[in-house]
Amino acid sequence: MAQYEVEVILARHLAENLALPIFIVDPEGNLIFFNEPAEAILGLRFGDTGLLPASEWSTMFEPVEQDGKPIPPEELPLVIAMTHSHPAHKRFWIKDLNKHMRQIELTAFPIIGQSGRISAAVAIFWEVPHES
Amino acid sequence: MKVSLWGTRGSLASPGPDTVRYGGNTSCVSIEGSDGTWLVLDAGTGIRGLGQNLPADLKRVDILLTHLHMDHLQGLPFFAPLRNPDVETHIWGPASTMLSLKSRLQRYVSPPLFPVSVRDLSPTLHFHELTIDMFEIGDFCIVSQLVIHPNPTVGYRIKHKDEVVTYMPDHEPMLGAREFPRSPEWTSGYDLAEGADLLIHDTQFTTEEHKSRVGFGHSNIAQAFEFGALAGVKHFVPFHHDPAHNDDQLDKMISDAVGEVAPGFNVTPGLEGLSFQLGE
Repeated sequence: MAQYEVEVILARHLAENLALPIFIVDPEGNLIFFNEPAEAILGLRFGDTGLLPASEWSTMFEPVEQDGKPIPPEELPLVIAMTHSHPAHKRFWIKDLNKHMRQIELTAFPIIGQSGRISAAVAIFWEVPHES
Repeated sequence: MKVSLWGTRGSLASPGPDTVRYGGNTSCVSIEGSDGTWLVLDAGTGIRGLGQNLPADLKRVDILLTHLHMDHLQGLPFFAPLRNPDVETHIWGPASTMLSLKSRLQRYVSPPLFPVSVRDLSPTLHFHELTIDMFEIGDFCIVSQLVIHPNPTVGYRIKHKDEVVTYMPDHEPMLGAREFPRSPEWTSGYDLAEGADLLIHDTQFTTEEHKSRVGFGHSNIAQAFEFGALAGVKHFVPFHHDPAHNDDQLDKMISDAVGEVAPGFNVTPGLEGLSFQLGE
């Protein structure tokens, strides 16, 4: 496998040292990294999964609106960040791998290096407390 | 190709009786191809001496800057071809989304920091901006890629026929990497260094010194050797010596690190004036 661009490597380094759940997706939509706080919410360990292809992880968490309506991919913040090159934010529900519904807020932003190319998108998310 | 070291010091020129063998000039390396093409890697103070030793009939020279920190730039206005309109000079360096390479160089090469402006240098001066690129100069095939160091910094992988030289004078590939040195895809500089016949790489600090300088963008020598081993290089040249290290300290630092890491490649200390012949 080819080496990731340096801004993606630096993004992972930052993610590894933060307490906020973070995951990083490459331009093809593959989930290339998620940190330990994200592991706790997703119910997966990056060390076990390694890279997850877009086809595998995009349907894994079944994102839905408050009313249970499925969210089309083009409305997900990560997809918006990657396709429109700007940050995006949304509150929605996911089903973790233990089939528990969790409400999360997620902010995604593209990583655009000095070349002007998008080399990845980063999602920072957090679980919404039940009373919110 | 012939690879010659004209300046091997990092951060600050440090001439004196204690640095005679390793040299006091800052980063500059020349590569001469068998077709007469000349590449110059960085324009530290070592470039002045190189400029005085180029062939009299030289028509073109290409300067490949890794980044614009002063120790890689300070010799540029003293490079003789820049005062000779008969020599076409090309300067290649990292791109920025904010300012052109020429404008960024102009910040240093202009009054009051320097009496002459970039625009007053040779009329045959050309600028090229790089991020991740592959390009050819003469018989050389060159790949540039951003590497971990403060401010945009590229490393170079230079191929000439079957030989590869990789140059990363300022590089901290282990920065924050928990798995270093085990994951090539997550290691800055790996693609540039993979299988290189000669790797000229940052070894500025000892392991102890590096503990208080993590994030400065430089390697400790033991981790630099581990990086070389991960990339499977054949020959390693420790480079970008700290100005605080004298010749005896550098000898010890390199031999200690060789003993500690036991790298499976040749290690030749980066001495100013040293040359390597690779292939033709």
